[in-house]
Amino acid sequence: MSDLFHNAAPNATRVAPPLPKARQYPAQKPANVYLFGTCVLDLFFPEAGMDAIRLLEREGLRVHFPQGQSCCGQPAYTSGYTEEAREVARAQLALFEQDWPLVVPSGSCAGMIREHYGELFKDEPATLKRAQALAERTFELAEFLLYVCKVEFKDQGAPTRVALHTSCSARREMNTHLHGRALLAQLGNVERVEHDHESECCGFGGTFSVRMPDISGAMVADKTRALQDSGAAQVVSADCGCLLNINGALEKQNAKLRGQHLASFLWQRSGGGR
Amino acid sequence: MSQRIPAVEISSRELKHNAHEALQDRQLRGNMRKAMDSLIAKRLASMPDDYEREHLREMGNHVRARALSQLPDLLERLEANLTRNGVKVHWAETVDEANAIVLQIAEAHQAKQVIKGKSMVSEEMEMNHFLEARGIEALESDMGEYIIQLDHEKPTHIIMPAIHKNARQVAALFHDKLGEPYTEDVDQLIQTGRRILRQKFFEADIGVSGVNFAVAETGTLLLVENEGNGRMSTTVPPVHIAVTGIEKVVENLRDVVPLLSLLTRSALGQGITTYVNMISGPRQSDELDGPQEVHLVLLDNGRSQAFADGELRQTLNCIRCGACMNHCPVYTRIGGQAYGTVYPGPIGKIISPHLVGLENTPDHPSASSLCGACGEVCPVKIPIPALLRRLREENVKQPDAPHQVMRGQGSKYSASERLLWKGWRLLNTSPLAYRAFGLLATRLRGLTPSNLGPWTQNHSAPKPAPRSLHELAREHLEGKR
Amino acid sequence: MSAKANILAKLRNSLAGTQPLADDYDVAMVTEPWRYPAGERIARLRQLMEAVHTETHLTRSADWPALVEQLLADKQLPSLLIAPGTPHGAQLVAHFAGRDGLPALKAYDRPVEEWKAELFDATPASLTGTLGAIAATGSLILWPDRREPRLMSLVPPVHFALLKASSIRDNFYEVQQEQNWAAGMPTNALLVSGPSKTADIEQVLAYGAHGPKDLIVLILEDA
Repeated sequence: MSDLFHNAAPNATRVAPPLPKARQYPAQKPANVYLFGTCVLDLFFPEAGMDAIRLLEREGLRVHFPQGQSCCGQPAYTSGYTEEAREVARAQLALFEQDWPLVVPSGSCAGMIREHYGELFKDEPATLKRAQALAERTFELAEFLLYVCKVEFKDQGAPTRVALHTSCSARREMNTHLHGRALLAQLGNVERVEHDHESECCGFGGTFSVRMPDISGAMVADKTRALQDSGAAQVVSADCGCLLNINGALEKQNAKLRGQHLASFLWQRSGGGR
Repeated sequence: MSQRIPAVEISSRELKHNAHEALQDRQLRGNMRKAMDSLIAKRLASMPDDYEREHLREMGNHVRARALSQLPDLLERLEANLTRNGVKVHWAETVDEANAIVLQIAEAHQAKQVIKGKSMVSEEMEMNHFLEARGIEALESDMGEYIIQLDHEKPTHIIMPAIHKNARQVAALFHDKLGEPYTEDVDQLIQTGRRILRQKFFEADIGVSGVNFAVAETGTLLLVENEGNGRMSTTVPPVHIAVTGIEKVVENLRDVVPLLSLLTRSALGQGITTYVNMISGPRQSDELDGPQEVHLVLLDNGRSQAFADGELRQTLNCIRCGACMNHCPVYTRIGGQAYGTVYPGPIGKIISPHLVGLENTPDHPSASSLCGACGEVCPVKIPIPALLRRLREENVKQPDAPHQVMRGQGSKYSASERLLWKGWRLLNTSPLAYRAFGLLATRLRGLTPSNLGPWTQNHSAPKPAPRSLHELAREHLEGKR
Repeated sequence: MSAKANILAKLRNSLAGTQPLADDYDVAMVTEPWRYPAGERIARLRQLMEAVHTETHLTRSADWPALVEQLLADKQLPSLLIAPGTPHGAQLVAHFAGRDGLPALKAYDRPVEEWKAELFDATPASLTGTLGAIAATGSLILWPDRREPRLMSLVPPVHFALLKASSIRDNFYEVQQEQNWAAGMPTNALLVSGPSKTADIEQVLAYGAHGPKDLIVLILEDA
């Protein structure tokens, strides 16, 4: 939880949260995990969610998917509709009460739960405790596979080049770009290529893409140009918002290149088939 | 941005329109991309050690927060020590008051010519325009500011005001406006500026400057620069007027050490600027040069509004380095003038609503994907994305909702959008409704309209999958029970 | 109510019930990364200064006047503004005394108003002392005073600066502490880290914007 000011007076002068220590991961693989699908994945990339489940099950985990789940609340939160976001977040909190890791195949949603649920419930001590507890055991999929499951993938695909795009919140809140690179590096026949201005935003930003379509369009045009110029045969990303944005733009441009979710790419390359 | 449009026509209320125009300007986009990439690289090259960089940023944050936590006391201490040193201190709540103070000083000295070192606060005041309307010449002496003043433009960047221009454009400008022989040689262009401005330093009745840091402990005004025009403006004319915001004070002299290092490295990738000028008083009776009078004008102009709220107060940590805008993908593409505010880029988006009202900057908080590149580099760790989000919250409140924090609260209040989000909430808190929606979206995917307004401007219409993850997961996991 | 009273009242109201944050100033953070072995200080200073087009020379207390004479000749400078009341000024006067054909030594010995045009238009070079230097950033420390006023190191396009090697310190914090700046600042204190420059046109670096175009630092190794 990055916001420490739950107990301070509202007019106290704030200092920045202390520099984060490296995350400590559970030493043992758990027997059970929750999966939080995320709303964009649910409707637009459900197979990526299934691949995430398969990857986790292959590691011997039992995956639980509470059917009542919906959205992490981020779209309303970033739009300034905090009250609405809070109620949606509250509904999610109630579904993941067991002390099991919550695995999220999307950096921005994982970041929302980990970094911002505390802000939403800062005035409700009891709910805040539950939110903090959930945050502690929320993991983005790539980091979970790497550091908790300690996966060792064997590449069964043909040589190929991929470009990795990491969502901004995943990169900045969760270091996901490093985890994604490490996982791809395990695949012997996969060459990861850099793309121009790789760390730059793709322009999605949730509602930004519809509120400021001119600016967002300029950003996704540059991002898709960079991905196409990178020499990659495929694009991989661990965030469905970015994939929706990038793929939608590529399709409108009649480009051949498409992005795939990291979970699907890993599952297919490591012999998962389909 | 076409350079023929006088800056006064660029309204802060027209951000979307301005951005649209700027995005068409290939020259601007090319210049900006090149310039920002260079500044990004320079910053990192001057801060290669992760530990040193991140811990110094933390220190910078603490130093600024400590100052803000005792701001009124520090301002009084600053005033007392400056006064003891012979500096006259003035306070202004509004830019009108600040301009009136400057005019009063100018009239007392029958001043006809003012030479200006770089000051963003003087831009808030529109000081040049104010003085010129009263028959007093106000000339910019910072090379970048001089260039854009010649072209009747507003600055595009708080550190490098003419960064949107290339050498060819400056060559044409000097040739057209000054009658100089056409040359694109940067050295020659700079020598032209030097020659013209040297005469102005010589003649000026008053020199105006900003202040980078005001030290309460010693009553000192600290200014940084590379060109020497700041020293010229604050040393040659018989009167020096410094203008600054009320948040620029630090407690102790030693506090400037980390802030100075953070400022010069974050802004330009320099270990230090050519000159660090520490002014603690006017010419003493035994000195042979320096201004006979030194004045400091402390300006509020909405800063006290930001100060009143603990979260928004962090906006005032800012040391005006420009790193945020250097790293901003939005700023890089639309340039500084499109914002229509004195301060562009990320800092511009969070401070301008306090300076000029949210009602005049309604789209500024939303002109961001919240990518966080700015927050990652801010030397004083202002949580810019969080503050943008907070401003969005203020923006969509009912205009007359109680506990108002911002002037212009509710500038983007929309009953229909509010209703939309209530519907979204209902959908996402009712598993039955969510499931029904999921079924509808997937089963009727063939009916997805191809025109979805702003989304389909840049994307093909997104088609839901045939079955949602909820369905697939239930099927898969039920088989395991 | 005055503007001052209004502003302070608003700020105090905003802080009601809060306490100032503690001073947790971390001295190590501004000193440890910026420490140099004694033998490396001069080298670092020269490296940083030369990277921004400063000319530096190693010389000795007895030799520098001759070096200045040589440099003035090389650069074809017809006169030099000095402070005869300082030890180094007096030393230069003595070196030039009674010899023909040397550049004229001028003194900044009256208020600037009395000779401003000459200072601006007919003073090609100056020579000042320094209070010391900072190795971390390649900076000279100048505290202008009656004998060596502020404009001496600003207006003439060429500035010679004398620096005693023993006065070079590692970092700015150390300088402030050792010399107890907080106890009282002069009307004007300066850090000068090179000749004037600007990158305002397309980020192309150009020297000699408004301050001196040439800065020449003479480091007295034995002083």
